[in-house]
Amino acid sequence: MTGKVAARKGLFYLLVIAIIFYTLFPFYYAILSSLKTGTELFSVDYFPVTWNLGNYVSVFRDNPFATNIWNSVLVSFSTVALSLFLGLTAAFALARIKFRGRSLLLLTILGVSMFPQVAVLSGMFQMIRSLGLYNHLPGLVLAYMIFTLPFTVWVLTTFMRELPKELEEAAIMDGASSWTILTRVFMPLMWPALVTTGLLAFIAAWNEFLFALTFTLTNDERTVPVGIALMSGASTHEIPWGNIMAASVMVTLPLVVLVLIFQRRIVSGLTAGAVKG
Amino acid sequence: MPEANPEAKNDTKDKTGPSGNGSSKAGSTCILMRGVGKHFGKTRVLEKIDLDIKTGEFCVFVGPSGCGKSTLLRLIAGLESVSSGDLSIDGQRMNDVEPSKRGIAMVFQSYALYPHMTVYKNLAFGLKLGQVEQGEADRRIREAARMLQIEQLLDRLPKQLSGGQRQRVAIGRAITRQPKIFLFDEPLSNLDAALRVSMRSELSRLHKQLKTTMVYVTHDQVEAMTMADRIVILNAGHVEQFGPPLEVYHRPRTVFAAGFLGSPKMNFMRGDITEVGGDSVTVKLTGGGNVKAAVKPDGAKVGDTVTVGFRPEHLKITAGDKGGLTATVQLVEDLGDHSIMHLDRDAVEGRVLAKVEKVPATEGQTVSFEIPAAECHVFDAKGMALARRD
Repeated sequence: MTGKVAARKGLFYLLVIAIIFYTLFPFYYAILSSLKTGTELFSVDYFPVTWNLGNYVSVFRDNPFATNIWNSVLVSFSTVALSLFLGLTAAFALARIKFRGRSLLLLTILGVSMFPQVAVLSGMFQMIRSLGLYNHLPGLVLAYMIFTLPFTVWVLTTFMRELPKELEEAAIMDGASSWTILTRVFMPLMWPALVTTGLLAFIAAWNEFLFALTFTLTNDERTVPVGIALMSGASTHEIPWGNIMAASVMVTLPLVVLVLIFQRRIVSGLTAGAVKG
Repeated sequence: MPEANPEAKNDTKDKTGPSGNGSSKAGSTCILMRGVGKHFGKTRVLEKIDLDIKTGEFCVFVGPSGCGKSTLLRLIAGLESVSSGDLSIDGQRMNDVEPSKRGIAMVFQSYALYPHMTVYKNLAFGLKLGQVEQGEADRRIREAARMLQIEQLLDRLPKQLSGGQRQRVAIGRAITRQPKIFLFDEPLSNLDAALRVSMRSELSRLHKQLKTTMVYVTHDQVEAMTMADRIVILNAGHVEQFGPPLEVYHRPRTVFAAGFLGSPKMNFMRGDITEVGGDSVTVKLTGGGNVKAAVKPDGAKVGDTVTVGFRPEHLKITAGDKGGLTATVQLVEDLGDHSIMHLDRDAVEGRVLAKVEKVPATEGQTVSFEIPAAECHVFDAKGMALARRD
């Protein structure tokens, strides 16, 4: 009996280790590579051989990487802020106000997110050009909202529907306007959902590549993913793997930190919808 | 019908004292409804409601679920719009006035406290929005908290409170607004039985203290009977009867009102009128036997089919077949201080229930029973009661 239990436990942990290995190894190997220079890069090592931080310095020295990061931060935070604001106000209408065509509208919003990025790329390009936003960061923010808004609206609408109606009515009796109800009564209760959707939107915007590549032209307006992809070495034939790895590690860390900070909130945001009065 | 008395244009907006009582005199009309109706799409929920609720009155809306009592309350609150007719408060037409401008406060069934605010902030929220000056707001909150004995809870969050405490906070939130009218939507139905009884008396005490008009919705007839100055019995969207509890109990105007109040329910038997006197009517029951009722005939004729109603506590039961009305004892439920006897009569629809102190016969035996003429109600074919003699 005990042998069977032990074997089962052993299998379980073996599986856990396999999953951890599968998810973490690429990142681990990136860290390893980022610490190597020159020809060391092409030898396969599974443990750190040298601790050379040269790549981390040269990324900033040889490339406009600091500008790239700053651009990414601006674009991602603006996208999150705008998506949450629009998502929240839209969710209030979609969840709380009865009007004709409400479910059709919701389905349309969901439908938007079903198009592959490539499909909307050329249309989007025209739009951004005509708005004069080509090679400007606001153009990217506008483009990113195409995939952040649908799920933001959906998650927030679902969440807001779960809030008891009497709460809203109590606020109405207290003389609260719709805006007050949204900001002072509903929003404080929706932090888990806001954090979850906000973080997902942030990750999506932070990592986005295709739009960023298409809608920017100069290095001054590029975001991190494009910046990394377009990094060039000393000669055109050399791909600067060390720099690329160092840059990748650095831009992943903020995400990891954010997720760790908001980890609890995310879990409760994804599972719990109901609010106990 | 109650007299219309719209105490014209009593501007009570600012003059509400600490007792919360508006400047309208007690006894004047506070809430006046004329032909009020409400429909959602094609579903008619309420039709032609005429009510006038007096200032300072504790008025209870009672009825089975789906009768429209909550909707009627929400119409007064302004949470639903009136589809037809007029609703006025203190002589001002309120049909299109915003809920917060009506001088009312509402206590919800689920309390509806703001979960992220402390008790103090819950009480302060409405005052802040209403731009009540801070010192004044604080004074009102402290006073309400003292009145409801929740002073030591002011810094807690709703989730740290018990059901009864939450209910007090919800009531406190209403009190601090110093409304002209309190609206209660089944406020006690989420509480356990013991707490309900104590909150009931507490609410009655509160009403005596504040002397404010209160409108209270419940499906619990005990709450209605014990708390109300006047009861509105609602059924399928219309008012069956509006009057003081004992009047409704002793002189129900319709079969529905008669059957709704009282536990166990009033007994009903069908029959035909055989004799019409000056102040009495004799009915031959379909199941056999005659009953004399002390009611004014009011145009009822010999031969009319009627329903006779009598309350279980008014039956006089003797053992054995003494002629007159007889029945077989089917079941005796002994409740300690009294017993409920289930009596079966041949050919009679339903059972007759009797509430007795001493059980004169055991199960299976035959008994005779009598209904005192003064306690006997007669309802015509439309379900309307014939007027009582007294």
